[in-house]
Amino acid sequence: MTEIAKPETGFVYAPAPESAGIARLKPSYGIFVGGEFRPGRGEAVKTVNPANEEPLAEVAEANAADVEDAVAAARAAYDGGWSTLPGSARAKYLFRIARAIQERARELAVLESLDNGKPIRESRDVDVPTAAAHFFYYAGWADKLGYAGFGPDPRPIGVAGQVIPWNFPLLMAAWKIAPALAAGNTVVLKPAETTPLTALVLAEIIAECDLPPGVVNILPGGPAVGRAVVEHPGVDKIAFTGSTAVGKQIQRSVAASGKRVSLELGGKAANIVFDDAPLDQAVEGIVNGIFFNQGHVCCAGSRLLVQESIHDELVESLRDRLATLRLGDPLDKNTDIGAINSAAQLARIRELSDSGVAEGADRWSPECTLPERGFWFPPTVFTGVSQASRIAREEIFGPVLSVLTFRTPQEAVDKANNTPYGLSAGIWTEKGSRILWMANRLRAGVVWANTFNRFDPASPFGGYKESGFGREGGRHGLEAYLAH
Amino acid sequence: MPVSATISAGSDAAGNPASGIVRPDLAAATSELTRDDASLRRFLHGLPGVDEVGAEARAATLATRSIKTTAKAWAIDTAISMVDLTTLEGADTPGKVRSLCAKAIRPDPGDPAVPSVAAVCVYPDLVGTAVQALRGSRVAVASVATAFPSGRASLPTKLADVAEAVAAGAGEIDMVIDRGAYLAGRYGQVYEEIVAVKQACGTAHLKVILETGELVTLDNVRRASWLALLAGGDFIKTSTGKVNPAARPPVALVMLQAVRDFAARTGQIRGVKLAGGIRSSKEAVRYLVMVNEVAGEAWLHPETFRFGASSLLNDLLLQRHKLRTGAYDGPDYVTLD
Repeated sequence: MTEIAKPETGFVYAPAPESAGIARLKPSYGIFVGGEFRPGRGEAVKTVNPANEEPLAEVAEANAADVEDAVAAARAAYDGGWSTLPGSARAKYLFRIARAIQERARELAVLESLDNGKPIRESRDVDVPTAAAHFFYYAGWADKLGYAGFGPDPRPIGVAGQVIPWNFPLLMAAWKIAPALAAGNTVVLKPAETTPLTALVLAEIIAECDLPPGVVNILPGGPAVGRAVVEHPGVDKIAFTGSTAVGKQIQRSVAASGKRVSLELGGKAANIVFDDAPLDQAVEGIVNGIFFNQGHVCCAGSRLLVQESIHDELVESLRDRLATLRLGDPLDKNTDIGAINSAAQLARIRELSDSGVAEGADRWSPECTLPERGFWFPPTVFTGVSQASRIAREEIFGPVLSVLTFRTPQEAVDKANNTPYGLSAGIWTEKGSRILWMANRLRAGVVWANTFNRFDPASPFGGYKESGFGREGGRHGLEAYLAH
Repeated sequence: MPVSATISAGSDAAGNPASGIVRPDLAAATSELTRDDASLRRFLHGLPGVDEVGAEARAATLATRSIKTTAKAWAIDTAISMVDLTTLEGADTPGKVRSLCAKAIRPDPGDPAVPSVAAVCVYPDLVGTAVQALRGSRVAVASVATAFPSGRASLPTKLADVAEAVAAGAGEIDMVIDRGAYLAGRYGQVYEEIVAVKQACGTAHLKVILETGELVTLDNVRRASWLALLAGGDFIKTSTGKVNPAARPPVALVMLQAVRDFAARTGQIRGVKLAGGIRSSKEAVRYLVMVNEVAGEAWLHPETFRFGASSLLNDLLLQRHKLRTGAYDGPDYVTLD
């Protein structure tokens, strides 16, 4: 065959950044109460871009008085007709919100990546479309609540106080607001302190959709605002997604208050790979399981349990694959790994990773240059991890994978369940009967088979044990917002 | 060949990857693996399965890579240099083939900087015409053979077909496997045929067409890929272009994984050719991204990756011009053939 000269330069992907201008950042943001935007009376806090530590905007946070106003507005809206509005009328509002999210999808995606640090590929392809999908899904339920399996005439609960985390700011807001409104409740929602911006654009969307004032109130703020929402006597139902430590505090504070509670907390999921697994897809599932959203995922597959006979081969393939991950500017469309959301989170990831080394595990990361400014952590794999190690037991909430081995299916189940958490698990095998056998024994709210981190509004999501209780999504997700 | 140098740097003398992973030496074990249908079946069915949903998802994610400006320019020129410009019609004539050869050497008459394509691909009876027309150029002559496209002929007939093409000067032979035998589980027969054709090729390079549209499942694509690689195929190729579906992203993904894994286990780099249905530059660039991220940069070379296509070339030329001038040309600004 004739020799053909190879082109001189290699295939170097040119930067393909999404323009930050699309986010239409405003210099300052406030709170959304009773259908009005106004500055909160709490602290004015700068929200920063975690990829470069530049301030993005100033947020006038809520204080306790604003919480009073918001709960009062929500109560007035509840009593003023929202709770008795026909389901089909509530559905119209939800459909409108869903379409408006789609219309402003690009703006929301860029804003989410700026505020959170996640790659634009994920905010564009996962966060924003799934948020819209949740509104569409629950819009469909609003006029069919009598057929949801909670009696012929289930009633709303009242005012829902909702506190959400920083890992999926818009998506978590959608998970909380959509079922609450579909069931006829009104909402006071507190976004996370480091990521309030997309929830405030969602507030704009809600205002533009002419939702009656007070049906949705959004109060950016820190832990004190969250506590005020949770402890407010006018709140009938608490929905919280976040850390197990805060979840326990909430559970204590609402004890004997009569408030309904659902908690979606931490996780330390096992991703279990058998020797008969489709290995290339398993490698993808491992990568998606722990490096999706920099590992800032409560259901992340942070413990890889691999059958000992294929350990070396799988780890080698995994390393080859990790070498192709692209870490950097979250707005670049080719970025796979973005920034860690905050300095505090980065410190925690570093501390736990160092403990892994101190406990004798082997640490490995692909060669990658971290940007000088901003909060960054390379994709990291620990091998030789023992079940007793901190990195095998504590939630790291970062791009850090611990690899452990097992010999038999029973041992895999035992090891997977040997954690205080129980949110999710993954099974990789071509053998269907083994998938079912395992799924029946794994104490995890979600068990994925030959996939990982798949979310759909029709599928319920939630935990066992210290991962919380209550389900979000699907028909089951309505139960948290219905009295029956 | 520069690519093999890249690999041997990471391998020991026996061709084992330098990773320290102990794997059976495939090269030495091949005669054992390929002894009969049962041995081949044990080996091929022992390969890890392919989860179709996962493979589709991976291919779809790779397709979201955004290739712009300098990267796009590089990719378009590289894609042009990887085209096997093809005409496989009953109505082919020497005139048509000569015209295609002129285009292969100089795809854009207005711009000598455009690289030549890799090869011209024709039926065996037109190989002589192509050889003559391409004399002095760097463009290779490829010929389909072995009762293309169905492969429904006896082995002697297929070998005669190959011999004729080679004698006429074809430097590359695109054979078809016997899909009937494959689907009936007669892996030994498929293997033996490839071995025999490879022998008949002499120094000509052998591309083995799996016709993945007829194998249907990705498990079959993986097994047939390994079968062809074990039998000595220099390239594995998706399709004849006469069956739908032809090249699809998940199929390309699995075949690229096969050559990657084969190289890891034997140290030998083999190529992949995608053929059929690839018409736009955007698809071609996406496939180059897949080659880059699945097999590796070492495969981004016409020696190891090809597009079998005809209309793709004109779209590449149009996009190339757009990139340089900012304006799209009409179809009348590129030559028909």
